[in-house]
Order: sequence, then C-alpha cells, then structure tokens
Amino acid sequence: MLKVNDIQKSFDRFVAVKRANLEVSQGEIVAVIGPNGAGKSTLFKIISGHLKPDKGTISFRGKDITSMAPHQICRHGLSLSYQIVNIFNRQTVFENVQISVLSRIGKAFDFFTPSRNVAVPETDEILASVGLLGVRDRICGSLSHGEQKVLEIAIALGSKPELLILDEPTAGMSPEETFATISLLEKLNKEGLTILFCEHDIELVFSFANRIMVMQQGISIIQGPPAEVRENREVREAYIGGSD
Amino acid sequence: MGLSRASSKLVSLSFLFIGLLALSVAPLFLPRFFIYLTALVLLTGLLATSLNLALGFGGMYQFNHSVFYGLGAYGLSLMLIKTSLPPLLGYIVGPVISAIMALIMGIICVRLSKLYFGMLQLSLGSLVWVVIYRWYSFTGGDDGLHGVPIPQLFSSVTGSYYFTLVVTFFCMVILYFIVHSPFGRILQAIRDNPERSASVGIRVRLQQLIALVIAGFFAGVAGGLFVTVEGSAFPDLLSWTLSLELIIMCLLGGWFTFFGPMLGAAIIVCLRALVGGYTEFWTLALAIILMLLIYFLPEGALGFFERIWHGKASASGEVK
Ligand SMILES: Nc1ncnc2c1ncn2[C@@H]1O[C@H](COP(=O)(O)OP(=O)(O)OP(=O)(O)O)[C@@H](O)[C@H]1O
Ligand SMILES: [Mg+2]
Repeated sequence: MLKVNDIQKSFDRFVAVKRANLEVSQGEIVAVIGPNGAGKSTLFKIISGHLKPDKGTISFRGKDITSMAPHQICRHGLSLSYQIVNIFNRQTVFENVQISVLSRIGKAFDFFTPSRNVAVPETDEILASVGLLGVRDRICGSLSHGEQKVLEIAIALGSKPELLILDEPTAGMSPEETFATISLLEKLNKEGLTILFCEHDIELVFSFANRIMVMQQGISIIQGPPAEVRENREVREAYIGGSD
Repeated sequence: MGLSRASSKLVSLSFLFIGLLALSVAPLFLPRFFIYLTALVLLTGLLATSLNLALGFGGMYQFNHSVFYGLGAYGLSLMLIKTSLPPLLGYIVGPVISAIMALIMGIICVRLSKLYFGMLQLSLGSLVWVVIYRWYSFTGGDDGLHGVPIPQLFSSVTGSYYFTLVVTFFCMVILYFIVHSPFGRILQAIRDNPERSASVGIRVRLQQLIALVIAGFFAGVAGGLFVTVEGSAFPDLLSWTLSLELIIMCLLGGWFTFFGPMLGAAIIVCLRALVGGYTEFWTLALAIILMLLIYFLPEGALGFFERIWHGKASASGEVK
C-alpha cells in the first residue's frame, strides 16, 4: 500500500534522514522505532507531503505521491496525526473535527448553509468513537494534553483515511489514556484501517505492531515482524541494549 | 446551553429589527446632512466588513483594501459618464472590476506570508492608484470625476439613502452567511493553522484567494454606493490612508466579530465629520486614535486579534 524508497532529506548541511526504506501493506499495523533525533518525524512529514525529500520516491496505493502537496495526499487517503499537538486552537472540539469532515465531503465552497448544521452526525460519530463527545463544545485550547492528543487523532480520522500515520500518539498520556487510545486504534484496525506509527514505549510497540522498522541516525536498519526484530543483534546493541 | 443560545439569538434579532426600523424611518426626522452622514456610515461599514472577511476571518494582511473600493467607484462612474448602457448595470460592472483586480493581486500575493503579503499588496495598490491619478483623459486624474449622472430614482439625498440602506442590508446578509458557512469556517481554520488545514485536505491558497475576491467584490459595491451618495469619484478613494482608516475601523470595532467593523466605521465616519473632513486635524485625530489603540494593546495593533481570541479561549475554557 505504501512504499518508501531510499528517501533522503537534509536541513542545510545536517542530514536528518539518510536512507529510509519502508513498506506498509493493507490492513497492517507498522511501527517505526528509533532513538530521539533518528528522523522518524521527518520521515512522516515527508510521507504526508509537508517536507519534500532530496532523493527517493514514495508511492501510495499505486500512485507516486513524492511531489504531491499535503492536501492532495490527504485526499488520496493518507492522514497524519502530529507528534506536537497541532490543532485549531481557537475552535471548539466539535469544530476541529468538523473542519476535517467538511473538507472531505467537499463542502469547502459551500457559502450559504449555516455551518453549524452541516456534517453534524458524521462529526459527532467520530467524537463518540474517540470518547470526546463529552467535551464537544469546549474550546480545544483548554483541553488537557491527553485529550488534545486524542483530538489530534480525531481530526485525522475526519478525513476517513485508508492509512493513518501517527507520530507518537500516546506521548505524554496517562496509562489509562494510553490504554484507551491503543484499544481505539486496535478497533479501527479491525475495521480495516491501516496504521503506521512511531513510539518510544518499546513494550507497547512489540505487543501492538505487526511489523517494526528500526531507524537509526536517519537510516532504516531493519524491517520485520517483532520476533525477528527482537532477535536482531544490531538492534539489540544499538537500540534495545541489554534491557531484556 | 441550547436555551441561552436561542434567547441570545432572539435578543440580537430584536436589536437588528429595531435598528432597521429606526434606519428606515430616520429620513422622516433627520436633517439632510445627517441622512447623508448615515448613508456614509452604512456604506463605509459595508466596506470595512468586506475588509474584515480577508483581515479578521481570513487572517490576511489586506493593507490596501481601498483600491477595490475606488475601482468600484470609478467603474460605475465611468460607465455612467461614457456609455449609454443601462445605469443599473454599472452597479454590477464596478464590483466585478474590483473582484477581477482582487483576483489578479491575490494570485500574486497569496503565496506570501503575512507581512510580505501586506507589503506587496500595498505596492501593487499604489500602482493602481498612480494609473488612476495620472490618466487625465480617461479618469480625470487628480480632479476626479464629478457630476456623475446617477439614476434619477436615487439621486436625491433620501433616494440615495434608501438605496444605500437596502443594498448594504442585502450585502451584509450575504457576508454574514458567508462567514458562518462551511466556507467561512474553513477560512478561519486556515487563519488559525494553515499547515494543519492543508493536511486535512484543504486547498489553502484557493480558499484564501476566493475570500480575497469576495472581499474585493463587496468593496466595489461600497464604492458604487459612495458614488451614488456623493455624485463623484476621486483618487483619494484608492489612497492607502483610507485603507489605514479601514483597518482602524476593524480594530476599533473588533475584527473578531462580524458587526465590529460596522461599529468601527460608524465611530470613525462620525468623528471625521466632527473634526472636519480631510484636514490636518483629521490626520491628527486619526493618529491619536491609532496611538490609543496601540497604547492599550502592548503587542501592537495586529496582535490584538490573537490576544483577544486567546483570552476568549481560556475564558470559555473555565466554563463547563
Ligand atoms: N526543520 C528542521 N530544521 C533543522 N533540523 C531539523 C528540522 N526538523 C528536524 N531536524 C533535525 O533532524 C533530526 C531528526 O528529527 P526528527 O524530529 O525527525 O527526529 P525523531 O526521530 O522524530 O525524534 P523524536 O523521537 O525526538 O521525536 C533531529 O536532529 C532534528 O534536530
Ligand atoms: Mg519525532
């Protein structure tokens, strides 16, 4: 479904991603792990079109998306949920998700219907599925960090993606919130959503992902099922260390 | 929640109704000068509201909005003077010319961010001003165009007043709907977070460009109304001092609200009438207003918007 080929990206002289390869098939849950600064977020921003790679190609559902703009990539069925909360701070929770839904159902150039009557059931359904219906009318800047991270995911779901990319979805969440979020993602995956995510919590990654890609200093060093990655010597030395 | 929203809606609707009623009977009581002044307030309010679509709701630093006002005024005047086309057509032709210019300038400017957008727009606008100012044979140059043959029905003070009232009312209704439509919601989303907007599939530049064209169109309508009320058009209509006045109107009334610019326009237009037109006193008064605005808004006038919204955001956050 997604195929990333030899992507390279530098900022000025600094090479953030040197050589990244990644493959995601329909219906999978794929994790990217790697230490801080390995280039995970940069890779995700390249895939979603926010950054242009210096080298390499990306194809998604059979189409070359390497040079597409973010909005085109989104319309193609790929949604990104950000590591650093990136929401519409001045709008309510409902409006945040509604914006995404409005864009998907092609209402961006509807000039005369009162927007509070448009796409309400769809939006509420998403809010209910992620458990934010209770704070529906709050200005989202006032939510807790955990709730904002969930809203991040809800906004991404508003575009009904085929592939959902999550950059550290549970970072900063309480254990309960983490559990709820993972259950939500598992449920979405059962319903057919393909998931690509990165995460620092190794236990969580190994229990949740079907396949794991390990990234180090901008290079993807291995990609495979959890057991295989766990056995890999390079990974054990470089990343997991002696921890197990 | 539902009840309070319904009742607050009722209150604002009754205010609107009373206001409209007062405005429609006003000519029966007011002296001529005040009828004229009210018409001026209304059309300037429409102009400021159209600016606010780009500035307040679109977050684009439209620094030269008066260009579109002036083009609407000249478009109508020239058509009435130089052609024998049906006069009412001019009220469409003027705004369409403004909208086309807004489209051209928009295509050039919309790629730039914030301040650069404003600066480039300012210089492109001055270019239009120079053409109008210098082209004596066609536009009358710095003399402007006077004695424009306004259709008889609205050439009297009362006639032009009612025409202005009706047109302003309909345009304000349309703008209100636009701001509260899905288009308006997405426009505000772009203002708040363009990056995220793009990543949920919104065509950011196109959305902004259309907002600029709509804003230009209604500025052109206001320009046509000005010609109707005043009977003339002159290069000052396109000047950036007027644009600055418009921005002050938006700031003063509150550019985060729909009716703020109309209120700001009422205050500024009345003050200008009081101080006495385009004199040094007026420049002084304007400077003082601007200074007061900036003094009470430490982040500077353009940061006002952000601060108010953050304030509002945290305030409503307490409620639950
Ligand atoms: N816009 C930028 N300009 C310059 N350097 C950048 C930029 N974005 C990222 N970098 C650098 O690129 C490297 C990779 O960053 P990236 O955010 O992709 O890492 P990451 O794997 O997501 O790390 P973390 O686990 O901390 O989120 C870092 O050293 C970072 O400082
Ligand atoms: Mg990161």
